[in-house]
Amino acid sequence: MELVEAIILSVLAASTPLLIAATGELVTERSGVLNLGVEGMMIVGAACGFAGAWLSGSIIIGALCGIIAGVLMSLIFAMMTLGLAVNQVATGLALTILGIGLSGLIGAGFVGERITPAPHLYIPVLTGIPLIGRIVFGEDGFVYLSLALIVAVSWFLYRTRAGLVLRACGDNHVSAHALGYPVLRIRMLAVMFGGACAGLAGAYLPLAYTPFFIPGMTAGRGWIALALVVFASWLPGRLVIGAYLFGAVSILQLHLQGAGIGIPSQFMSALPYLATVVVLVLLSRARTGGSTAPAALGTVFVPDR
Amino acid sequence: MRKTILAAAAALLLAGSFGAADAADKLKVGFIYLGPVGDLGWTYQHEQARQALVKELGDRIETTYLENVPEGPDAERAIEQLVRAGNKLIFTTSFGYMDPTLKVAKKYPNVHFEHATGYKRDANMSTYSAKWYQGRYIQGIIAAKMSKSGVLGYIGSFPIPEVISGINATMLGAQTINPNIKVKIIWANSWFDPGKEADAAKALLDQGADIIMQHTDSPAAMQVAAERGKLAFGQDSEMIKFGPKVQLTSIMDTWAPYYIARVKAELDGTWKSEDTWGGLDSKMFEMAPYTNMPDDVKKLAEDTQAAITAGKLHPFKCPIKAQDGTDVECKGGDHLADGQILGMNFYVKGVDDKVPGK
Repeated sequence: MELVEAIILSVLAASTPLLIAATGELVTERSGVLNLGVEGMMIVGAACGFAGAWLSGSIIIGALCGIIAGVLMSLIFAMMTLGLAVNQVATGLALTILGIGLSGLIGAGFVGERITPAPHLYIPVLTGIPLIGRIVFGEDGFVYLSLALIVAVSWFLYRTRAGLVLRACGDNHVSAHALGYPVLRIRMLAVMFGGACAGLAGAYLPLAYTPFFIPGMTAGRGWIALALVVFASWLPGRLVIGAYLFGAVSILQLHLQGAGIGIPSQFMSALPYLATVVVLVLLSRARTGGSTAPAALGTVFVPDR
Repeated sequence: MRKTILAAAAALLLAGSFGAADAADKLKVGFIYLGPVGDLGWTYQHEQARQALVKELGDRIETTYLENVPEGPDAERAIEQLVRAGNKLIFTTSFGYMDPTLKVAKKYPNVHFEHATGYKRDANMSTYSAKWYQGRYIQGIIAAKMSKSGVLGYIGSFPIPEVISGINATMLGAQTINPNIKVKIIWANSWFDPGKEADAAKALLDQGADIIMQHTDSPAAMQVAAERGKLAFGQDSEMIKFGPKVQLTSIMDTWAPYYIARVKAELDGTWKSEDTWGGLDSKMFEMAPYTNMPDDVKKLAEDTQAAITAGKLHPFKCPIKAQDGTDVECKGGDHLADGQILGMNFYVKGVDDKVPGK
């Protein structure tokens, strides 16, 4: 039983950065913009988050620095793709490369330093409940925040007028424009939200997960977040399931190896991506029902007047 | 005023041209790094050695390094770039640079190359590596002494001979203390992914291991051990900062003496292509201070280190039993031959696991 509890705790921690980054990207893509620079925004968020926390001694200030860094990175992307109507795929890839270099530069002075990681919640009686106590009442703040975030995003997208307009921009920007909605401004806000989430997800790594900064420490988690949005077929509910599923696979494969169960570890490492491919195939076969990609995803929009 | 400026400009120009002439006389030495110089592991140690080299011979050489160079065909351009910039001795510091280095070496016979951890050589291309398994053997002894549960947790990067021989050496060392010692192995399938290394360490501890050993590059696993109050070994560099009460020792790559010797040979015109596989005796790597252990364990570790250094003890001393209990053929006299260790693809008896993909 203790082992089950330990595994679930590890899964929650491993899934949280994926969930936060993917939540942001989901909103960005729902507005019709494909930002492949999640990895770059995350790693800059990690560097700035650590720098902020180390200099101030506060995890919250660190997280804010990560968010601000992510937003600034996303503004570069917004300026290029929305302002100058540059190809989104190329710009996103460039943003990742830029981010990896920039984070190394920002973080260079902080390599080898340590901070105290984000504290875990502790409620006297509740946290002590066997099995579920620590899982429900003993997480760090980021875990609760990530869940609150996805609930808020789900409510925003489906229960508010602004959410409806954002989805309209993603499905048909010409119509949205004709109805008088400021498509580019809405998309810019969506891109900034994506950047804020990616920055926060990146900051989670040095602030709570492995409390030190090393260049390249995101190690591809931004790409998993991108795959996750596709896996979730752009639906917030499925995103939560997907994030925990991806996290569970990555933790369980380690436990299976440790227990000496003979499934090749390389196969287990590839499993999340394989699952994404399968979902893509299923999506393309079942066009009816369920949500597919926003119709205008990845296309540039230049208002004609 | 105008005159002063002109004079100053002339002085600067003069100084500049002298500087250039000076630089032209210096031997140019280039380095290709796999990771960022701040990775606190593999690349960091190469960079430390380069700095030591500059300190020692800085008045006669000029060094350049390129970091974050991916392995594979891309590396070829980076190496060639160093050649064209006038470097006469080039160190390529990762296994995956082997073929690119060889290709460039064939193209420029007047430039000398040094490739780390590979096995292909040429008239102008040397190889160098370290017998890390010697250090792993000592770690195995310490681990078996310090473990209460009798289960070691081992985080591997990729199932290549270097890592497998490390696991075997660890177990052979540990078995001299506790014949029933167990090891749990988790492959990260990555040299560097702090999050995954931390998760692997957590999984190993959750499954009952109480000592963490790693063949991956970040200090993440050490931090997990510190958080849980367990013990761990560092990797590549001194990691005690990340676990002051946790690190038992660490195998630290110390390339500086080799780099200095090779550059001196180049300066003296005595450089020739060689294959160097240095052990504890050659100081190609060193053991970090033995900490967080009782004095008798420390003494045992030091004695073992001294015996290996003196050549009295070989970690792969025959007879060595394979997993199925049969004796491994002994091609090196009373110990396994270097070739058998360099190409090791099997576990010794006592490792209750399978080599992935076999």
